[in-house]
Amino acid sequence: MPDGAAPVLDVRDLKTVFRTRGGEVHAVNSVSFDLRPGELLGVVGESGSGKSVTMMSLIGLLPSPPAEVRDGEVILQGRDILRASPEELRTIRGAKIGFIFQDPMTSLNPVFTVGNQIMEPLRVHLGMTKAQAEVRAAELLDLVGIPDAKRRLKDYPHQFSGGMRQRVMIAIALACDPAVLIADEPTTALDVTIQAQILELVKELRKKLGMAIVWITHDLGVIAGIADRVMVMYGGQVVEQATVKELFGNPRHPYTRALLKTVPSLSGGRASRLQVIEGQPPILTSDPTACPFRMRCAYAFDRCARENPRRRPVGPGHDVACHWDPEPAHA
Amino acid sequence: MLTYTIRRLLLAIPTLLLISLVIFLLVDLAPGSPMSEIPLTVPPEVRLKMIQAMGADQPVFVRYLLWLKQFFIVEPSYIIDGWFGTNLGGDQQRILSWQSRAPVFDVIGQRLPQTLTVVGTAYLVGILIALPIGIYSAYRQYSWFDQLGTFFAMVGYSVPTFFTGVLFIVIFSVNLHWFPSIYDTTLKVTDWASFWKQVHQMALPVMVLALFNAAEISRYTRSSMLENLGQDYARTARAKGMSERTVVLKHVLRNSMIPVVTIIALGMPAVFGGAIITEQVFKVNGIGAALIGAIHANDLPMVQTLTFIFAVLIVLFNLIADILYGILDPRIRYD
Repeated sequence: MPDGAAPVLDVRDLKTVFRTRGGEVHAVNSVSFDLRPGELLGVVGESGSGKSVTMMSLIGLLPSPPAEVRDGEVILQGRDILRASPEELRTIRGAKIGFIFQDPMTSLNPVFTVGNQIMEPLRVHLGMTKAQAEVRAAELLDLVGIPDAKRRLKDYPHQFSGGMRQRVMIAIALACDPAVLIADEPTTALDVTIQAQILELVKELRKKLGMAIVWITHDLGVIAGIADRVMVMYGGQVVEQATVKELFGNPRHPYTRALLKTVPSLSGGRASRLQVIEGQPPILTSDPTACPFRMRCAYAFDRCARENPRRRPVGPGHDVACHWDPEPAHA
Repeated sequence: MLTYTIRRLLLAIPTLLLISLVIFLLVDLAPGSPMSEIPLTVPPEVRLKMIQAMGADQPVFVRYLLWLKQFFIVEPSYIIDGWFGTNLGGDQQRILSWQSRAPVFDVIGQRLPQTLTVVGTAYLVGILIALPIGIYSAYRQYSWFDQLGTFFAMVGYSVPTFFTGVLFIVIFSVNLHWFPSIYDTTLKVTDWASFWKQVHQMALPVMVLALFNAAEISRYTRSSMLENLGQDYARTARAKGMSERTVVLKHVLRNSMIPVVTIIALGMPAVFGGAIITEQVFKVNGIGAALIGAIHANDLPMVQTLTFIFAVLIVLFNLIADILYGILDPRIRYD
């Protein structure tokens, strides 16, 4: 992917907290990343690592209260949208940033036709007339591979299968030709064959339309198949970031390494037991002054409890937030 | 949907026949005689003649079959006669009230408009108050507005109408002299002045009943809205960049209305049945008052006919609720 081009989305030091009775939960803690035009960024991490919350924070989709985006900058196409008014944000959502969610069975409104739901953003953001929107909606359904698109516009969501509904969701997300598509575990709720079809579809659409994609998942296999770059999250922080090849070939963070060992491999010669990462993900009730992974880390030493590691570059386009250095020279 | 409706209507026939038999037998089992309100000075042989004249000495099944014929054949013919000036009814015997010797349907025809005006208006007002309150309470859950709404709904629902009725009379009628405490059935609306008078005298009973109805419906609306506001499709609508107004009043409301509309439809028979207690408190001469009077006077034909009409309405509005459900929710298809 084009390196050095101005990022379409640039996130700096994003902080989101949830106010709960038990105190504040620091769900997103100084997350920074950028997304270049046409790039596919994979975001991995276990449940509760802050992947979804980070993405929802960007465009004001978190219910507030209890959520509060406390700090940071989100530059979309040169403009800070974190400080935009709710009304401005609304014109960005669905128009410049499209969203696909995890469960296609519940993400569509059951009482409106699929056509109605695809036409809504077209009419609101692009000011199309009903007739124009209808033509465009049929094109979109056709684009995401739903046969007999024109007739199916009149169908209700329950008349579609899970995979087909996810295609409809993709059509809605892409309706206004957004610069960024955020896909929040879009294949997790689908069975494996449908998952593969959706992945193929997204790859194809990306080639055709050229939007940048953030793909949230906890499935490393999916990431390996489609991503250009990977960001690993743990405890509300980015712990490692690299190109896909670099990350799978040369993982530096102990968590990334552990994560890679949990993936079953078909090429491994002898049957070996899958590894698990012992322990529980951290509860993020305090502003972390220590490495969030230290309790589960095999390499933790005293500095890890004193100081939360900052991200440091370890190679071209590769940075990691860890005090421990796997290079033999320093070990 | 059409075949479903027809099937349900056909099924309603045996249901209603069975209900009519049960009502007839149950009412007939009640102790007392239609003569109990006749002065004791009337000699026994005259009493016997009166009973024979009313047909009250006939065995119960004869009276039941006769009533069936009168209800389903004679009375409808009279209604058609009244509309089109035909003479289908001829001089066939109609269902007569034992109390007033007048045809039961004529009494209902006089009383029903009173009930529909007062109770119907109250129901409508109740719905119109309840929906916005329920929607806004849910949207701003735990806000002071929601807390206040919850408080009033709890009070409105748990305090009986005979208490709020008397309370309102004391406050608005006795102390403030704003509204009359007694409903004048004979008032005819002919001009603005009499219309204004009608509105005035309706105010108290409508307020009492509307409070009760609004309390119930606003609770259902609120909980239904709350359930739907948290749904994934609401998040999808926001992610599409829809305004809050569209998200709440289009996407969420349409889904939330499915159970609420059912509850409103199922509450409709009660409007026709009148609010027995409230009608008594404000002396509204409606259907509820007619039923109570008939029960006191052992006027079996009146009680049986009224009760059966309520049963018909309940069956009918159940069907209407089901059909509305199918219209509002595309996932439900009856065919």
